[in-house]
Amino acid sequence: MINKYSVRKESIVGIALLLILLAVMTVIDFFLPSYHIAVMVIKKASVYALVAVSMNLLNGFTGLFSLGQAGFMLLGAYTYAIFSIPVAKRAGVYQYFDGGWIQFSIPEFFSEFLGETIGLNMGIILTLILGGLVAAFFAYLIGLPVLRLKSDYLAIATLGFAEILRAFFQWPNLGPLTNGSNLLKSYPDFKSATGYVVLIGIFIAMIVLLVNSTYGRAFKAIRDDEIAAEAMGINLAKHKRLAFIISSFFAGIGGGMLAMYMGTLQALSFKSTMTYEILLVVVMGGIGSITGSVITSFMYIASMEWLLRGLDSGTFLGIHAPGVFKNGFRMAVVSLIIMVVVLFFSKGIMGDREFSVKGIVKFFDRLFGKKTPKNAGGDGNV
Amino acid sequence: MSENPILRLENVTMQFGGVVAVNNLSLQVNPGEIVALIGPNGAGKTTAFNCITGVYQPTNGIVEFEGKPIVVAHPEGKMKKIYAGENAALYADRHSVNPTPDTITKLGIARTFQNIRLWKSMTVFENVLTAKHMLAKQNVFSATLRLARAEDRQMAEETEALLAEQDLLKYRDDLATSLPYGLQRRLEIARALATKPKLLLLDEPAAGMNPQETQELGEFVVQIKEKYGLSILLIEHHMDFVMNFSDRIYAIDFGKLICDGTPDVVSNDQRVIDAYLGVSEDE
Repeated sequence: MINKYSVRKESIVGIALLLILLAVMTVIDFFLPSYHIAVMVIKKASVYALVAVSMNLLNGFTGLFSLGQAGFMLLGAYTYAIFSIPVAKRAGVYQYFDGGWIQFSIPEFFSEFLGETIGLNMGIILTLILGGLVAAFFAYLIGLPVLRLKSDYLAIATLGFAEILRAFFQWPNLGPLTNGSNLLKSYPDFKSATGYVVLIGIFIAMIVLLVNSTYGRAFKAIRDDEIAAEAMGINLAKHKRLAFIISSFFAGIGGGMLAMYMGTLQALSFKSTMTYEILLVVVMGGIGSITGSVITSFMYIASMEWLLRGLDSGTFLGIHAPGVFKNGFRMAVVSLIIMVVVLFFSKGIMGDREFSVKGIVKFFDRLFGKKTPKNAGGDGNV
Repeated sequence: MSENPILRLENVTMQFGGVVAVNNLSLQVNPGEIVALIGPNGAGKTTAFNCITGVYQPTNGIVEFEGKPIVVAHPEGKMKKIYAGENAALYADRHSVNPTPDTITKLGIARTFQNIRLWKSMTVFENVLTAKHMLAKQNVFSATLRLARAEDRQMAEETEALLAEQDLLKYRDDLATSLPYGLQRRLEIARALATKPKLLLLDEPAAGMNPQETQELGEFVVQIKEKYGLSILLIEHHMDFVMNFSDRIYAIDFGKLICDGTPDVVSNDQRVIDAYLGVSEDE
């Protein structure tokens, strides 16, 4: 039985936390220049969080071990770039291909009659979603044969798909569309890190809602026991395809936003290393934990891009030791940290638990000595 | 025997390579009956279940549910040459029908498993609720955006009612696998009932239970049969369970039907006794 009072308290605390986050983001955007490392880390980490959560939906919640994430990100990134480069700049970008085949820009189209700010941002969001849809469409096609495979074989097939796609996008004959192996650039970007955080927050919230819906439970049933799931009337082929398509949709959006963050786009950056990086985030955060993926992607990106930089450049935590702290030492330390995490948290930092507002409220209630009724909706949350 | 059986198997043969696991099995379950399928270990009982539920495609034969053929098969390809069962040509001109298990469950046949197959990361409540997914009308968009709240609420209420009836409500938020063995069996039956079946297949429901638990389970099975208007086909090794609670019994050995009839007839049949106890060589 759910306690009405505690539900209201939870929603108040939840809204308060969101407002605090929004305020912090606004302050960061207002006071820090857009090239500041903190802003960059927030942008990149939020993109990684989205992609990691989308991978977790597939690997952690449906039990399909797929390594095609970089391929779907590539599709989303290219779709975003191709459809959003301003027309005036196309001749410069596609200089070897006579300005390319496509001569319109969705964000530009929207900004013409909805105004510079609203129209442009709306156009960006719609183009990102278009990128997601393209990735989802390819996921549908590739899913038809590939999802009949199980475990490692599925991983190999999807990894192969991603690698083929990367080579295909560099094909000179597709140059007027993808610019071959040259850079795509000059596409619009959100002006602020808040844009990233809010948009990605909405997408992750949608994945959370999906996971907790009846479809999410069906996915988990497939992960736990395929035979039982099938015997209880869950259509395996349909639900696996659904999970694959949804995961790829969000990976596509994540790819588009990663392109946006990087400023220039090249197929070469979507190597399988990127998939492994995301897999690392998923595994370290806990397979089957969305908050785990989010927290770990922020920790991972922050330490890789910012906090541990000093290990490569001579000064770390005020210690100046150019002999030890030289190029490559950062990766050695990161590997060590990963090994420690794997040894002491064999199920990842969060396991399959989640942070929730309910958990936070309970924690503070306990902290201030208030007694919560024992079965006021305890569902194993932290 | 009734003219309108709910389930009818006709000449069902299941051959794996050269091994004929089920050979020319014909049986029927009439509405409202509890029918038991017995036989020594390895007789092909679970294989017969798997042929009915679509886990295996039989090599030959027909399975009819409520008068409609749901599985039709005849030896094809390589099996044509090595087929060792009977009636090979009987269905050769019929189009084979080979549904997946989920379609069969949607028709109204639910099952439990010999080795319990509960979803282990889910709570008791979620296990039953997830089985209701099949009946949900919402699509993935309305489910994500929580547009079908009325249906969600209805599903949760039906699940709680089902749990309350099985005395499982106090374990609502416990992990399914943390329940004691007997309750896990009950939960598996509750999960099968959540799909609103017309026919329930129970694969060794009393396995690992003591005589008292077995007796309780039997009473429970009769009770749910009455309440939901079910027909039940079950596999069981506990003979007192089979004799006390089933209306009719089919006994099979080495895949072949050796005897069928009421418990009295079957328990006194020499072939059944031989199959269970063995026949000495010098007779």
